[in-house]
Amino acid sequence: MIRLRRSTIVEAPAELVWRVLRDFNSHDSWHPAVAESRIENSPPHDAPGAVRAFRLTDGAFLREQLIALSDRDMSLTYCILEAPLPLMGYVATLRLRPVTDGDRTFIQWESQFDPPPGQAEALSRLVAEDIYEAGLAALQARFDRRRRTPGSGVDVPALPRPAVQVDREARIGERSGGGAHPAAMETEAIVVEHHGGPEVLARRKILVPPPGAGEVRLRHDAIGVNFIDVHCRTGESDLLRPPAVPGMEAAGIVLDAGTGVTHLAAGDRVVYACPPVGAYAAARTMEAELLVRLPADIGAETAAAIFLKGLLADVLLNQVHRIGPGESILVHAAAGGVGLILCRWAKALGANVIGTVSTEVKADAALRAGCDHVIVRRRHDFTAVVCDLTRGRGVDVVYDAFGRETFDGSLAALGFGGQLVSYGQTSGPVGERDIGALAAKSVTLSRPNFGHYSDTAEKLRPMADRLFEAIRTGAVAPTIDTRLPLAEAAEGHRRLEARENIGALILIP
Amino acid sequence: LAKVFVSSVVNAPAGQVWALVRDFNGLPAWTPYVAESRIELGAPADQVGCIRNFSLKDGGRIRERLLALSDYEFSMSYSMLESPMGVENYVATLRVAPVTEGDRSYVEWTADFDCPPQRESELVTHIGKNVFLAAFRTLQARFA
Repeated sequence: MIRLRRSTIVEAPAELVWRVLRDFNSHDSWHPAVAESRIENSPPHDAPGAVRAFRLTDGAFLREQLIALSDRDMSLTYCILEAPLPLMGYVATLRLRPVTDGDRTFIQWESQFDPPPGQAEALSRLVAEDIYEAGLAALQARFDRRRRTPGSGVDVPALPRPAVQVDREARIGERSGGGAHPAAMETEAIVVEHHGGPEVLARRKILVPPPGAGEVRLRHDAIGVNFIDVHCRTGESDLLRPPAVPGMEAAGIVLDAGTGVTHLAAGDRVVYACPPVGAYAAARTMEAELLVRLPADIGAETAAAIFLKGLLADVLLNQVHRIGPGESILVHAAAGGVGLILCRWAKALGANVIGTVSTEVKADAALRAGCDHVIVRRRHDFTAVVCDLTRGRGVDVVYDAFGRETFDGSLAALGFGGQLVSYGQTSGPVGERDIGALAAKSVTLSRPNFGHYSDTAEKLRPMADRLFEAIRTGAVAPTIDTRLPLAEAAEGHRRLEARENIGALILIP
Repeated sequence: LAKVFVSSVVNAPAGQVWALVRDFNGLPAWTPYVAESRIELGAPADQVGCIRNFSLKDGGRIRERLLALSDYEFSMSYSMLESPMGVENYVATLRVAPVTEGDRSYVEWTADFDCPPQRESELVTHIGKNVFLAAFRTLQARFA
């Protein structure tokens, strides 16, 4: 029997690498020798028994079966069902271990098989070099910290136009020169020095340059903390390249405006929720087009707590589907930041709202937000409960940001002509599905991308106006769960990741 | 139950690293904090069940029993019988695995133990940083 083992160290946290590798069909996205791959009969990609049928770049066709998968050990084992080479009895295991010293990952790929006489050496070399070494090298390159890695969660893509170009040295950096520009002002900020846990959020003095053409410099009064900031910190999102100031949502006051800025002037109250990053600071300079003027009757804290989530809710409730009186909807994660807003606003629009939550504590919050019924997912099969509550008809719309975990159940909960709005994938990518299944109830599937709805001032202003109006009428009521000083941003991230918050978390400079 | 997990990379082949750390009586040779060590009852240092009795440079004394030793998987487990740290049911495992790319080693040291809840984070930090990671740093320097 031949035993092979190859291993390497990858410069990325193990959870991140595992999220990719645990998908048994992901190898055509990272292995250079795999041209295309699919899971037979479309079962989940992470259920032992799944068979991947794939073609190598040299044309060879193989079928392999997943026989064990462990999220606890971060390992998976598979065997070959069909291959052009005589790899008899081939069983392989891919295993990850975190390297805590440096937040890296040890990856080991090993196998055993019985080659026919005389072929041991050639087969061993082929598998070890062309498959294991080539695959591990590709993973190293893919997870190189300077490059993009696959993200998850609510999609907030970069704006199509280039981010404001500012000399990085002038913005970021320890106090040294004391005046890169005569009018640059020094301010307190939180800087992500390198990707990692909450502890990499460091307090620093930064220089805020005077506004250039089309830019304004503003003072922040309140800063929103969102999950996308966590993804930026860990490296799952490529919207932030260390060292840089994280954060994409804040409200404040314009200090000065550059040439060509006509719609804003010093003293104007403003709010924004968009890339580029840079909100975790007492002040910043940014493109004026990205800012929305804040009405006098809406406070900075309210705005910072709700702008991003509120705009997303507007996209979901007023644009992707226009919710009207009498419609029934299902909102997953109803006590989450976006979920609470969706429930309350949809209720105000006249919908019957069913929410799902993970725990009883969160059920109370969802009920207070106006849900007619709340389902605790851990205790009940939400599809069955929805069926009961709607007397078998199903709901008109499902809002689902979980992705993989709830996708099939959400489809099943829809009624005839219903719409599944899948706007995130916090539990992982949905994977392949047969769209023929949608015909069972003539349902529509939407996968909106917030960036496409908010990437110009023309699109943004009416959305902001609807949101401000909804705040005035009480259809949207921000629940600010936690206010922390800017210096305690790391604690904010810890709470967000521990999912301790019900409602918004803001930082006060 | 408190858990400690520390891992790192050493720039030497796994066989060499294992040869050094598999000696249950060899802590003075590769950790910065052990002054002297002996195996009780004159037993061989690789006899599973043997007890090492060693003193720390800061004066403490620790007794530990070898529970498992695998030259196949390059791993060893041991339990703590006596120590000044105030922990109970302490079982630790030290593992070495080859990183074939670059002929380096992955080293991993884990421990489980019970202690009063208010001391847990202090002990986890102390063992992770001052005991396990400190020893890995010495290993890294030795093979640098």
